[in-house]
Amino acid sequence: MATAPFVTGEDRVPDASGGLLVEMEAISKDFPGVHALRECRFDLRAGEVHALVGENGAGKSTLMKVLAGVYRQDAGRIRVKGAEVDIPTPRAAQLLGISIIHQELSLMPNLTAAQNIFIGREPRRALPFLLDERGLNDQVRKLFERLHIVIDPQTKVANLAVAQQQMVEIAKALSHRAEVVIMDEPTAALTDTEVDELFRIIRQLRDDGVGVVHISHRLEELKRISDRVTVMRDGQYIATVDTKAAAIAEIIRMMVGRTIYEEAPEIPEVADPNVVLDVRDLARGRAVRGVSFTVRRGEILGFAGLVGAGRTEVARAVFGADRPDSAQIRVHGRPTRINGPGDAVRQGIGYLSEDRKRYGLALGMDVETNIVLATLRKFLRAFGRVDARRTRATAEQLVQRLAIKTPSLRQKVRNLSGGTQQKVVVAKWLTANTDILIFDEPTRGIDVGAKSEIYHLLNELAKQGKAIVMISSELPEILRMSHRIVVMCEGRITGELSGREATQEQIMTYATMRAPVATVD
Amino acid sequence: MRIGLAALSPARRTTLMRSDAVQRLLAFAALIAIILIFSLLSPNFLQFDNVVGILIATAVNGILALGVTFVIISGSIDLSIGTVMTLSSVMTAVFITEWHAPVPVGILAGVSTGALAGIVNGTLVAKLKIPSFIATLGMLNVAKGLALVVSGLKPIYFNDTPDFNRAAMGSVIGGVIPGLDIPNVVLVLFGCALVASLILTTTVLGRFTFALGSNEEAARLSGVNVVGWKIAVFTLAGIFSGIAGVLIGARLNSAQPSLGQGYELDAIAAAVIGGTSLSGGEGSILGTVIGAFIISTLTNGLRILSVPQEWQTVVTGGIVILAVYLDIVRRRQQQ
Ligand SMILES: Nc1ncnc2c1ncn2[C@@H]1O[C@H](COP(=O)(O)OP(=O)(O)OP(=O)(O)O)[C@@H](O)[C@H]1O
Ligand SMILES: [Mg+2]
Repeated sequence: MATAPFVTGEDRVPDASGGLLVEMEAISKDFPGVHALRECRFDLRAGEVHALVGENGAGKSTLMKVLAGVYRQDAGRIRVKGAEVDIPTPRAAQLLGISIIHQELSLMPNLTAAQNIFIGREPRRALPFLLDERGLNDQVRKLFERLHIVIDPQTKVANLAVAQQQMVEIAKALSHRAEVVIMDEPTAALTDTEVDELFRIIRQLRDDGVGVVHISHRLEELKRISDRVTVMRDGQYIATVDTKAAAIAEIIRMMVGRTIYEEAPEIPEVADPNVVLDVRDLARGRAVRGVSFTVRRGEILGFAGLVGAGRTEVARAVFGADRPDSAQIRVHGRPTRINGPGDAVRQGIGYLSEDRKRYGLALGMDVETNIVLATLRKFLRAFGRVDARRTRATAEQLVQRLAIKTPSLRQKVRNLSGGTQQKVVVAKWLTANTDILIFDEPTRGIDVGAKSEIYHLLNELAKQGKAIVMISSELPEILRMSHRIVVMCEGRITGELSGREATQEQIMTYATMRAPVATVD
Repeated sequence: MRIGLAALSPARRTTLMRSDAVQRLLAFAALIAIILIFSLLSPNFLQFDNVVGILIATAVNGILALGVTFVIISGSIDLSIGTVMTLSSVMTAVFITEWHAPVPVGILAGVSTGALAGIVNGTLVAKLKIPSFIATLGMLNVAKGLALVVSGLKPIYFNDTPDFNRAAMGSVIGGVIPGLDIPNVVLVLFGCALVASLILTTTVLGRFTFALGSNEEAARLSGVNVVGWKIAVFTLAGIFSGIAGVLIGARLNSAQPSLGQGYELDAIAAAVIGGTSLSGGEGSILGTVIGAFIISTLTNGLRILSVPQEWQTVVTGGIVILAVYLDIVRRRQQQ
C-alpha cells in the first residue's frame, strides 16, 4: 500500500457536504452504570482546528473513540464527507482517512519508533510477506525531519522519555494519509517549546485542508490554535462557538455549568524554619548529577525544568524507587537510608508518579481498593481481616472531598476518565499520613475545575504542615503555587528562586543553562 | 528547534541497543563453559559419537522450542506442543503403516495434524478469549487422549518402510565428507531454525508476533487484525510440533503414543534460557537454539558422569530458575 508520509492536500475530491468532513448526530453510548454519551453531536470542517473541551469524564474521549472505530455507538449517525458510514474497527476508520492520537499512550514498547509508526502498514519487498526494514527507517527518518523530531527511528520506544513517545504518537497519526486527525490531549506531556512545535504542525495540517480535532484541558491553548470550540458536559453536547468570538470565562462556565473563581495566587509565608527533608549530593548515572535541596514544614518547593532535565529521576531516587549512586538524605534532621519505596513510606514520604498508569494505580481494581491500597495496614482488624466499613467510609469521604467522578466505589479504575484517575492517585496518598509529598506533574490531564481543587488541596496540605515537592512543566502553575523554585537542567540544579520574585523568563534561563561541553564527564 | 530533547545521550543509546545481543552472548558463553567443564570431567564427553548423540537429542526439543518461542514472544503460552507432537507422529504412523500411504503423504499428514491443533489453539485464545494457559492445557489432554485412541494404546512401528527411519538417521553429510556422519535430523533442526529466524526477523508475521506481545491493545488500536495474527502464531507453533512429531517417529522408527508430555516444559525452558521473555515482546531464535543445546548438553554430560536421572532433572530445573533470574538482573540494570 502506498503511503504518503505527510498529507499533501492534493487530489482531494470536492464533495456534496459543503466542506463538512465529519458530521456526528445524536450519538449515544452507555457503559455499565454510565451514560458516557447522550445524543451528542459534533461536526468538523476541512481545514479547521476544532477544539473539544469539557471536564474530566465529560465524554470527549469516548465521542472521538466512536469516530475512530474503537467503540461502536449505541445510537446515532456518522457521516463522512456527506456519506453515512459505519465504523466498526480502527482499521475502518483509517481507511476513511481518520487517524487518532489516544489520550493514553498506545505504543508497543518493545518495537522501535519506526516499527510503531508503520505497524500494520509496513513497507514490503518484492515478496509481499517480507518487510523492507531499510525502507521503513528511511521513510520514518524523512517524516521525523519534516516534523523536526530528533529521535533515532531505530530506538526502542521503551527507551524513550514520555514526551518523546508522545512525539512518536503524533508522527504515527500524521503518517497516515489522514484527512481527519484527532488529538486527545497531545500537549499534556509536552513542554512549552514542544507545544510550539506541535502547533506549528497543526497549523500546517490545517492549511493543507485537514480537519483537526484538538482535545485539551489547557484552555489558554484554545485561542492560540483553534477556530471553533465545542463544549461537552456530562456526556451531552452543550454548544459550539467561534473561538474568536468567545471569552474563555464563558467557555469555562459552559463546561462546568457554574462559575469558577480563579483565585489570585496566594502564597502564604513559610515561617516555619524546620527542615523536614534535606537531600545532599544525590547522584544517579547521567540523569542526576549532584543534586542538593531542602524542604521545610509547610513549604511547597517547585521543581521546574524541561522534560528530561532529571526531575522525575530525583523524585524516584528520593522515594527509593530507583537506587541512587550516592545520596545523603535527612528526614526531620535524622540521617536515613532509603532502600525502597517501603522505607520511604515508613519515613513519611509519598510519591505521586507522573505516569499514573504504570506506577500509581492498580487499573484492574476498583476505586475503593486503590484509595486504601497503600495504607491497608491501618484498616486491619484482628487476624488480618480488612475493616470493610472503615475502608468504605474513608474512600467515600475522599471521593467527595476531591469530587472524584465515579458511578460507584466499585468501579474499576481502568474505566474512569484520565483526569479522574489522577484524582484517585491523590486520594490514595492522602490516606497515608505522609509528612512529605512529592507530586510529579499533579495536574497533567486534569480539567480546570479539578485543577483549582488540586491547587486548593496543595495549599491546604502545606498549611497543615506538610512539606511538598511539586514537579511541573507548566510554568504558570509553578509560579502560582511554589514558595521556592529550583530549576534543573541536564541533571543539575542550575538555579533557585523565591516564588514571589520569580518570572517565567528567569526560570527559562536557568532551565536552558547547559554545562559547557568541555567539562562534561 | 528540537523536540524530544537530550534525554538520551548517544553513548547510552548504543549500550541499550546492544543489550539484546549481550543476553545471547551470555547464553552462548554458558554453553561453552558447560562443554569445557564436562570435557575436563570426562574424556568420553567430546567423543564424536557422544557429540552426535547430543545433536540428535537436541533436534526434537529444539524444533518444539522454535514454535513455542513465537507463542511466548506474542505474549501467550502453548502447553500442548508436546502431546500435539505425539498425536502428529501417531497420525503419520497410521497413514503410512495402516493405510499404506506413501511416506511424503504420511509426513504431510503429521505436519497438518500439528497445524490443525495450532489453529484450534489460536481460535480458542484469540476468538473465544480463553487464556492461553488454560486453552492449551486443555489441548494438551485432548491431543494426549486422541493419540492413545487413534493408536489403540500401542506403539506403531514403521517396519515396512525402512526408508523412513533412514531418511532421518542416515547422513547426507557423511556421504559427502566420509567420517562426518551427522544424521539428517540435525540438518532438519538447523534448517527449521533458519526458517524460523527469517520469519521472526524479516516477515510481517514476525513483526506482529512482537507487536502482540509488546502491547496487544495498542496493536488493536493501530488497526492490526489481532485475532488473525494470533491464530497464525499458534498455527506456526503447531506446524513445528508436527515436524517434531514426524522426526521423533522416524528416529524411534515408531510412534509412541504415551510419550510427549513433559516435552513442552523442556521446550519452554530452552526458549527462556535463551532470553525469551515470558511477559512477551522479547526473544530470538538464536537464543532458543542455544537454550536447547544447553539443556541437552547438561543432560548428556550428567548422564556420562553417572548422575542419576532424578538429579539430572533437579539440575535442569535449577538452571531454568537461574537463567530467568539473570535475565531479570540484566533488565534491571538496563533501566
Ligand atoms: N471502557 C469504559 N468502561 C466503562 N466506563 C467508561 C469507559 N470509558 C469511559 N467510561 C466512562 O465514560 C465517561 C466519559 O469518559 P471519557 O473518557 O470520554 O471522558 P473525557 O471527557 O475524555 O475525560 P478526561 O478529560 O478526563 O479525559 C466517564 O464517566 C468514564 O468513567
Ligand atoms: Mg479523555
